Amino acid sequence: MRMARRHRWAQGMALLVAIHWAQNAFAHVQQGGAAGFLTGFFHPISGLDHVLAMVAVGLWGAQLGAPAIWVLPVAFPLVMAMGGMLGLIGVPVPGIEYGIAASAILLGAAVLFEVRASIVVTALLVGVFAIFHGHAHGTELPPGQSALLYSMGFVIATGCLHALGIGIGAVHRWTWGQNLLRAAGAVVAVGGVFFMWKALA
Amino acid sequence: MRRLSLSRLQTCVIVTLAGVLCSEPAEAHLNSTGMGPIYDGLMHFLMTPEDLVPALALALLAGLRGAAYGRHASFTLPVAWLVGSLFGLTAAATTGSAVLSSLWFLLLGGLVIADAKLPLSAMTALAALFGLVHGYLNGTGMGQSGFAVVALLGLTSGVFVLIVLAAAFVVQLRAQWARIAVRVAGSWIAASGLLMLGWSFRGS
Repeated sequence: MRMARRHRWAQGMALLVAIHWAQNAFAHVQQGGAAGFLTGFFHPISGLDHVLAMVAVGLWGAQLGAPAIWVLPVAFPLVMAMGGMLGLIGVPVPGIEYGIAASAILLGAAVLFEVRASIVVTALLVGVFAIFHGHAHGTELPPGQSALLYSMGFVIATGCLHALGIGIGAVHRWTWGQNLLRAAGAVVAVGGVFFMWKALA
Repeated sequence: MRRLSLSRLQTCVIVTLAGVLCSEPAEAHLNSTGMGPIYDGLMHFLMTPEDLVPALALALLAGLRGAAYGRHASFTLPVAWLVGSLFGLTAAATTGSAVLSSLWFLLLGGLVIADAKLPLSAMTALAALFGLVHGYLNGTGMGQSGFAVVALLGLTSGVFVLIVLAAAFVVQLRAQWARIAVRVAGSWIAASGLLMLGWSFRGS
């Protein structure tokens, strides 16, 4: 009798759990809009060369402080979009892979040695590299997806990588943090050397 | 006691099952309910980034300049949008221009980046022009039925809610970093517009 009751109790609970654990049907095919944004968003995150350079921009900005800390994240997406536009209208930029690898090397070195250049020189250096990144990555829209949402996803993800670098760079106020940032710069530079070696091979 | 608790359990299970089985369809999709044309218009605005993002940029710009600018933009933009869309209803159907949308992204995003100190009259004129142009383009795509006018009211309500909320949010920002974050958002909008312009040229 007791066994039967327990059995019924277990059945009831199992039924309730099964009812409430039901998952969404996902009956709708993902449309171009959502797919375009997500493709654009994940594109820069999926490439380590891009990630290293973007985070290094944020780290360097954090080391330099105002006004570089906000000039660089404002300037980079704009110039990167210009690079993307050059690619879209068919203007070739030579040595893109070398430029991307060099960006990681030089930006990593700038963080490693805490290079303090004027804001104009800093923005110019970052801007030149942004053209390479935009030209290489901004034009790879898969067919059938929204170009605008792809572009927005691409730009927002890049901005988030800068924000990540700035967030990490907040440790610069402490001595151990300064050393940590320099070490991070060294890692970025080594990554750049690896990508340069791959490009040359 | 045990019999009582068992009976209560059975009752609970039966009531739960009955509740689950008797539940009505959620009707969560626009195509099954229609949700009324007013919601159709509202959702059209909220799901069209070509309209939504420049309107957001205008709200950010107005918010950066202060409460008076925000108030002017909050009323000028929806009214201009409604007037433009009513004109659009009477026009022959046209398709929106991607180049034009990109230029609005660039212009408004650029003004946010620069934290441009526009006079109040210039800001009001900009909001009116933007509302008229985008409203006209929306109106031409709505058809000429009576539902279209109601849908436009929903759309205009969406514009009003967006600009009021976004401008008010920015107006109350005092911290320097927060205002810089708004300008960074402007650079993202302008950069998206620039890429969109490239796509437009490549497509044509």
